[in-house]
Amino acid sequence: MDFRFDIVWGYAPLLLKGTGLTVGISFVSIWLGAILGLGIGFGKMSRKSWISWPVSAYVNFFRGTPLIVQALIVHYIVIPPILGTTNAIVAGIVTLSLNSAAYTAEIYRAGIQSIDRGQREAAYSLGMTPGQAMRFVILPQAVKRMIPAFGNEFIVLVKDSAMLAYIAVPELMYWSNAMKGQYLKVVEAYTTAALVYFILTYSLSKLLQFVERRL
Amino acid sequence: MGDPIIQVTDLCKSYGANTVLRSVNLEVRRQEVVVVIGPSGSGKSTLLRCLNLLEVPEQGDIRIEGRSLLDKGVRITEIRAEVGMVFQRFNLFPHMSVLDNITLSPVRVRKLPKEQAAVKAFELLRKVGLEDKANAAPDSLSGGQAQRVAIARALAMEPKIMLFDEPTSALDPEMVGEVLAVMKELAAEGMTMVVVTHEMGFAREVGDRVLFMERGSIVEEGTPQDVFDCPREERTRLFLSKVL
Ligand SMILES: Nc1ncnc2c1ncn2[C@@H]1O[C@H](COP(=O)(O)OP(=O)(O)OP(=O)(O)O)[C@@H](O)[C@H]1O
Ligand SMILES: [Mg+2]
Repeated sequence: MDFRFDIVWGYAPLLLKGTGLTVGISFVSIWLGAILGLGIGFGKMSRKSWISWPVSAYVNFFRGTPLIVQALIVHYIVIPPILGTTNAIVAGIVTLSLNSAAYTAEIYRAGIQSIDRGQREAAYSLGMTPGQAMRFVILPQAVKRMIPAFGNEFIVLVKDSAMLAYIAVPELMYWSNAMKGQYLKVVEAYTTAALVYFILTYSLSKLLQFVERRL
Repeated sequence: MGDPIIQVTDLCKSYGANTVLRSVNLEVRRQEVVVVIGPSGSGKSTLLRCLNLLEVPEQGDIRIEGRSLLDKGVRITEIRAEVGMVFQRFNLFPHMSVLDNITLSPVRVRKLPKEQAAVKAFELLRKVGLEDKANAAPDSLSGGQAQRVAIARALAMEPKIMLFDEPTSALDPEMVGEVLAVMKELAAEGMTMVVVTHEMGFAREVGDRVLFMERGSIVEEGTPQDVFDCPREERTRLFLSKVL
């Protein structure tokens, strides 16, 4: 079998651009998903049913439907009325963020509830408000325990972002498909894509391991 | 001994069908040391935890310095800042140093400048004999040291009342003494204290009054001499015969 390096080389600038977009979209979506997930996570823990019920519905929807379907809905149904036009990159970020939030919410909830309740009681007994107890006592301990789960979620998100090729976001998978389409070379297109995704997720997991050890 | 600082009237608390406090009445005077004894599950912790509203009673009233904790307008965090609590399991914050454990609330709740809070914290650490542990991690401390830090942490808020819920029950026997010594010193300085404990020696020596609780009620109360040496109630006698 002769691997056509020249094809990959020729496509390198586009693949690189696509990789840049994959990294960018993933980075933004990880942040938005983590922030939104914190709110959703607190909503899930709320004892007020008018908060916890819609939040549960949200989580169930995003965990219970395929990401590609979510992306199509956001791209064709949600974004156009808001922006007046379709915008694949925006739709991609919105989809990944909303989807990721449904999962990170659960990570926050589990992390926060794993902290011994004596910690909260000690904070309260010292005059802290629930917000202060959360911010200075519970969250700093919980976040440390959440890091491995967050790491998984971030890696899943990077891999899932490949799905955005199907709403024509010009990211890594999109250009790999284009390469395959132009030269009809399946092996070159998809092994290259696999290698790049692997490098991304592997670096990310190493980075998170580093962060975890530092904390 | 001073005016009443804690007044509990007709306090009731239940968890579902389980009634834990049955119309408890209690008055604690300023500078008094009240020791609460009683069998497991009798409601000692629950009573103590109602005094700073870690548990909310469904009936009755709790007044601290005349102010009802259950009034709508009361800022519960203000009350809690005035009432220190020491737990059986220390509950130090494991993610911060001993010093930060002690200064966290003075800085965040009392808005004390950091340096001032640290000076105060070192003073307290000296008082409990741990000034060399300021930068230690809580996990590196022995049980007795951890509990003394927990006491210092509570004192840093300059509370008017200190609540102790079995502060020595989780300790190895050889460490009980060092914690009791700190509590004795505190009592001698005139701190108002409510102490749940099985340390009868401490109760006798330091307690002004002993309450015996059973099944959610205060069955008997009096001076340590009265309660330990000539209990009026058969139930008290039975309990004491088991623990003494
Ligand atoms: N959060 C809670 N939820 C449900 N039941 C509880 C809760 N806390 C305490 N109880 C119950 O209330 C009763 C009294 O508990 P409490 O902790 O006040 O007893 P105690 O006298 O402190 O006992 P111990 O000596 O074992 O500490 C027990 O039957 C206990 O099971
Ligand atoms: Mg108890």
